[in-house]
Amino acid sequence: MTQALKTNAVNTDASPTYALEITALAKTYKGGFQALKGIDLTVKQGDFFALLGPNGAGKSTTIGVITSLVNKSQGQVKVYGYDIDTDLEKAKSFIGLVPQEFNFNQFEPLTNILVNQAGYYGVPKKIALERAEKYLKQLELWDKRNAPARELSGGMKRRLMIARALMHEPQMLILDEPTAGVDIEIRRGMWDFLRDLNNQGITIILTTHYLEEAETLCRNIGIIDGGKIVENTSMKGLLAQLDGETFVLDLSPTQHQISLEGISYRVLDDHTLEVDLQKSQSLNSVFVQLSEQGINVLSMRNKSNRLEALFVNLISNNESKKEAS
Amino acid sequence: MNNSIALKSILNKEVQRFLRIWVQTLVPPAITISLYFVIFGSLIGSRIGEMGGFDYMSFIVPGLIMMSVITNSYSNVASSFFSAKWQRNVEEMLVAPVPNWVIVAGYVGGGMARGMLVGLIVTIVSLFFVDIQIHNVWIIIATVSLTSATFALGGLINAIFAGSFDDISIIPTFVLTPLTYLGGVFYSISLLPEFWQGVSQINPIVYMVNAFRYGFLGISDVNITVAFAVIGVFIVTLFTIAMTLISKGIGLRS
Repeated sequence: MTQALKTNAVNTDASPTYALEITALAKTYKGGFQALKGIDLTVKQGDFFALLGPNGAGKSTTIGVITSLVNKSQGQVKVYGYDIDTDLEKAKSFIGLVPQEFNFNQFEPLTNILVNQAGYYGVPKKIALERAEKYLKQLELWDKRNAPARELSGGMKRRLMIARALMHEPQMLILDEPTAGVDIEIRRGMWDFLRDLNNQGITIILTTHYLEEAETLCRNIGIIDGGKIVENTSMKGLLAQLDGETFVLDLSPTQHQISLEGISYRVLDDHTLEVDLQKSQSLNSVFVQLSEQGINVLSMRNKSNRLEALFVNLISNNESKKEAS
Repeated sequence: MNNSIALKSILNKEVQRFLRIWVQTLVPPAITISLYFVIFGSLIGSRIGEMGGFDYMSFIVPGLIMMSVITNSYSNVASSFFSAKWQRNVEEMLVAPVPNWVIVAGYVGGGMARGMLVGLIVTIVSLFFVDIQIHNVWIIIATVSLTSATFALGGLINAIFAGSFDDISIIPTFVLTPLTYLGGVFYSISLLPEFWQGVSQINPIVYMVNAFRYGFLGISDVNITVAFAVIGVFIVTLFTIAMTLISKGIGLRS
């Protein structure tokens, strides 16, 4: 066991179940812009947590404060029980950060970037080289290990930052839009990789604008808007708030007049049907009625991502409240 | 947390950086100093005669070496740290549990390494022009180490405040170069009128150049103990300023 790993002992005297506890956190920038207006947020150890919000909501400022890149104005932040005001170095040793912007030396070879980063956490070079090989291979960057970082594609650079964040084997990984600008195939590969990490017990906090990503990966969710937390709940609990969903059904071409009793629907063309289902209604009755009319359902999808629908509602409700006040 | 590994990592990174771009970092000082030797030493120096009891070429060698050490220690840290700020890879250190003194020591160590390596190269170049004598090797080593540390700290503070690449060339151009040229590199300050001798006493480079020259030739315009005390005061002051700036996150944290 390396010294770097030995230091990662959870402060059990404090709050053993939480990876992150934020209390009344506020940040006002020099120009007077109030980015955070007293947020409270908790993330349990081992959680896969989504921190969502529109641009400028305060997500990156929150992450900046947690990782000590932004000085807070007020409030308290604890990482694995360690207060960043009194035990900053201890708290830092638990965190691995994948920032939104590329922030490595573009002229350095990949292996050097990773080994140096491990060194900053006190990981000896021999172990750092082993880990660099492990993560570069897992993230399919091994062939580029001696290339300067500027030669990587955008997706490769994102994966390099994930490898770099893992070099000290942190207990908590914070990813600020890790899949921005990454093609779907690589994105799904990154999802699998992050799921594996989470299954190993690493707490993951993710910000993303791809709501499908948050819905697929995360168990709990915090929504921030205008520097305030407007929702902090489980993903299941949030999705349960949906009153209804709209499905798009691809049908075998039919000349029949479609008729669905007790269900709101729209026929878009001779092989596409849009169905609005309330919480109390079942898809089975749609299938049964279509089947009785000799119509086959070839495939089906949600018209919009469920989380996206809720997210838009929450943000617009918050906007209305702000206007009213 | 093993601070020695973190320190070694920053030092390695810094040394590898200036070695990787050796054509920009190590070759130009050797060419510049060769020109100084040819013009001031061989061509003009032969008409000047002796200074401080030594031929002019021997007299200016320690000052020219020291000039290279000062310039390179300063510019190495100024450009490297500012570049790390600009590319934002300074955040790699800021998010890690690296104590501030390790960051300062790592960058200053890198600046010292370049300053002293360039000093060695210039010394080797000077051997083509003059026989170098050594009066006290320990004074030479102590002076070059402390002076390079002083200016590496200066370069770090410059980079912390700098908002653009222009900002890291202003101090070298408008402060360092005049102070160096007026710091007794090319002349003994005893040749100056009394008033200007007094003014020279507030130029810290006078103490550094003279202590260094004393190590080679055994002559100095200033008291050696006073010279080391002045350098010591500068190091402590600049180190304290650098630590305070990094602790407060000036230019680094929003």
